[in-house]
Amino acid sequence: MKKTTKLGAVSALSLVIGASAAFAENIKIGFIDPLSGPFASTGANGLHQLEFAADYMVNQNGGVLDGDMFEVIGFDNKTSPKESLIQLQVAIDQGIRYIVQGNGSAVALALTEAIDKHNRRNPDSRVLFLNYAAVDPALTNEKCNFWHFRFDANADMKMDAMTDVIAEDDSIKKVYVIGQDYSFGKAVADAAVSMLDEKRSDIEVVGNELHPIGKVKDFTPYSRKIVASGADAVITGNWGADMLGLGKSIIENGFDGPIYTYYGAGSGMTAAFGETGKGVIRLVSEGIVNPPPTEEASAYYDAFSAKYPEGNVDQTRISNTVGMLAEAIKKAGTADDVVAVAKALEGMEYQTIWGSKVMMRPEDHQAIQNINILNHTDEDVTYTFDSSTFGVVNEATVEMASADIATTCEMKRP
Amino acid sequence: MDLILVNLIDGLVTGLLLFMLSAGLTLIFSMMGVLNFAHASFYMLGAYFAYQISIALGFWMGLLIAPLIVGVLGAGVERYGLRRVHKYGHVPELIFTFGLALLIEELVQFIWGKNQMPYNVPDILNFTAFAISGAAIPAYKIFMIFVSVAIFIGLLFVLTKTRVGMIIQAALSYPRTVEALGHNVPLIFMGVFGVGTALAGVAGVIAGPVLGTFPGMAFVLGSIVFVTIVIGGLGSLWGALVASLLIGWITTFAKSYNIEMENILNGLGISTPENLDESIFRDLWSLTSPQIADILPYILMVLILIFRPAGLFGKRST
Repeated sequence: MKKTTKLGAVSALSLVIGASAAFAENIKIGFIDPLSGPFASTGANGLHQLEFAADYMVNQNGGVLDGDMFEVIGFDNKTSPKESLIQLQVAIDQGIRYIVQGNGSAVALALTEAIDKHNRRNPDSRVLFLNYAAVDPALTNEKCNFWHFRFDANADMKMDAMTDVIAEDDSIKKVYVIGQDYSFGKAVADAAVSMLDEKRSDIEVVGNELHPIGKVKDFTPYSRKIVASGADAVITGNWGADMLGLGKSIIENGFDGPIYTYYGAGSGMTAAFGETGKGVIRLVSEGIVNPPPTEEASAYYDAFSAKYPEGNVDQTRISNTVGMLAEAIKKAGTADDVVAVAKALEGMEYQTIWGSKVMMRPEDHQAIQNINILNHTDEDVTYTFDSSTFGVVNEATVEMASADIATTCEMKRP
Repeated sequence: MDLILVNLIDGLVTGLLLFMLSAGLTLIFSMMGVLNFAHASFYMLGAYFAYQISIALGFWMGLLIAPLIVGVLGAGVERYGLRRVHKYGHVPELIFTFGLALLIEELVQFIWGKNQMPYNVPDILNFTAFAISGAAIPAYKIFMIFVSVAIFIGLLFVLTKTRVGMIIQAALSYPRTVEALGHNVPLIFMGVFGVGTALAGVAGVIAGPVLGTFPGMAFVLGSIVFVTIVIGGLGSLWGALVASLLIGWITTFAKSYNIEMENILNGLGISTPENLDESIFRDLWSLTSPQIADILPYILMVLILIFRPAGLFGKRST
């Protein structure tokens, strides 16, 4: 035993020396998300946050291993699964081994399948898929694979937290569910209906509707139906321009109850909602920036604001993704062998700078973490979004939410 | 039933907005034969300019100045861009406007970024005008209706009652003859292009606060504008108006009422398959009208092209 340790240490040391002498290479991270089109703002903000996290958390601290720096490269997929696969191939050809994506579960499903196939056929250039925001439960259930890791809570887990809060609110008797017509929108709707029924069977779902994604010009007809249905609360999984359009339209047409959203803040939305959204827009999210949870978090946010005065840290999970990847690479002692990195990520317990813990569940590669319900307001906001006076403030927290949520994942390990 | 009235108003607003875009486009198309792909981009520019002006001078100055700037820009594009490309034929013109659309989108992203702009309804119009059985009609919507109707009447007056309008109408069908009579046809073209883009600019200014001001706004509206002028008939102002309203109402009503495909098919005498989950037509059976509302105008366009290729009010087949 002792001998092997010694041997291991020696070989590791020689490796390290060899590496530092010869390479000190950049570890390339490919970011495949919309950088043009209707969802460009969401994608571009994600890219800024990823670049900043890589810089601030890794590169400024001397990198990982032996001075290897993280280098983030953006690829525009225009929110199209087909385009994403082309960009994935481009990324792989450039020697990228870490793919980060988040916007759109349809894209994520296409990517995870393609990456699984690629890794089976090309054991020499395997890639890991770090998913920071695509929340279709299928990704960690029937479509799961060893290469995919999700750092966001999935749609069911978020809905679980959301419905916990709704169930405690006795003034809510009627709920309207509306979302984009694709896998994620449907997953949100199904989860909302079944969980509300389970937790508060007296709540009536007065509407359950899907609209085309990214194609609706005017949401007025939908908001009319919502107002006419007499709903006390609205649940939506919309994001990007669809979220703002829907939210604004619902409020404008006379709705004043809470709108529970998955993505109703940041990317210009908070400023655009402004006063009208006060006390109406709720956000279910893993990250808290108001009130600032730790000094570390404040320092991180201040540094980000200095670099991107117009930007927001509205996806704290991006910094967790970078932090956990760095930890895993350190633990695995290599960035080239993605199997070792993936094994290091499995089961990792990570203390985030946001004062909470993230655990990467080994059986389905789903991150388990606190989930919070945040409120759009301009009172007691330390870190506002979109250079406005508005931001999101924590209202309720579900600790290590849905840690025991069931999974159908049967993972094949290499 | 009160909802029908509300939907009529909502559809009217959507339709009139579409009209302001398609009016300019249809005039430009019929006059110069140019399918201006960048037309919706001028709509976007209108919204962004108005937002920028509204920060400094308020909403009303934005409404006044932004369309002027857009119109001047449009005239400039015609004078120094399109006119030069014109002699090489229609394909280079198409490619030119297509490139221009991409360029404008990139420029907008470069200057204003990719985020939504906080361009909001002015406070003075930010109240509920009236309510019909619980459904609030915002005052801004009424304002939008008034602006677009005023523009329509103005356009109609200029085109049919003034000398300029008559020359334009003549130049629409017989540009050579009009030129031979001593009129400056290139100037007319430039003027029409400028006014057409300015109209798109007005649409942008008043739609920006409700439909959102973001770099994708031109893309979202772009294709539907072409559909409108094809349905209405190229070059016809009335056609553009009728088609816009038709599209506004069709999409609004399709979204407001959950008409299920199952009911329609059953009504046609086709019975629902026993086991829907295994049927290959499952997606067809489970369709509802809100899901396909935004595709309906395209279906209408295909039907129009089959049965009335010149469009509803078109005089010639192009």
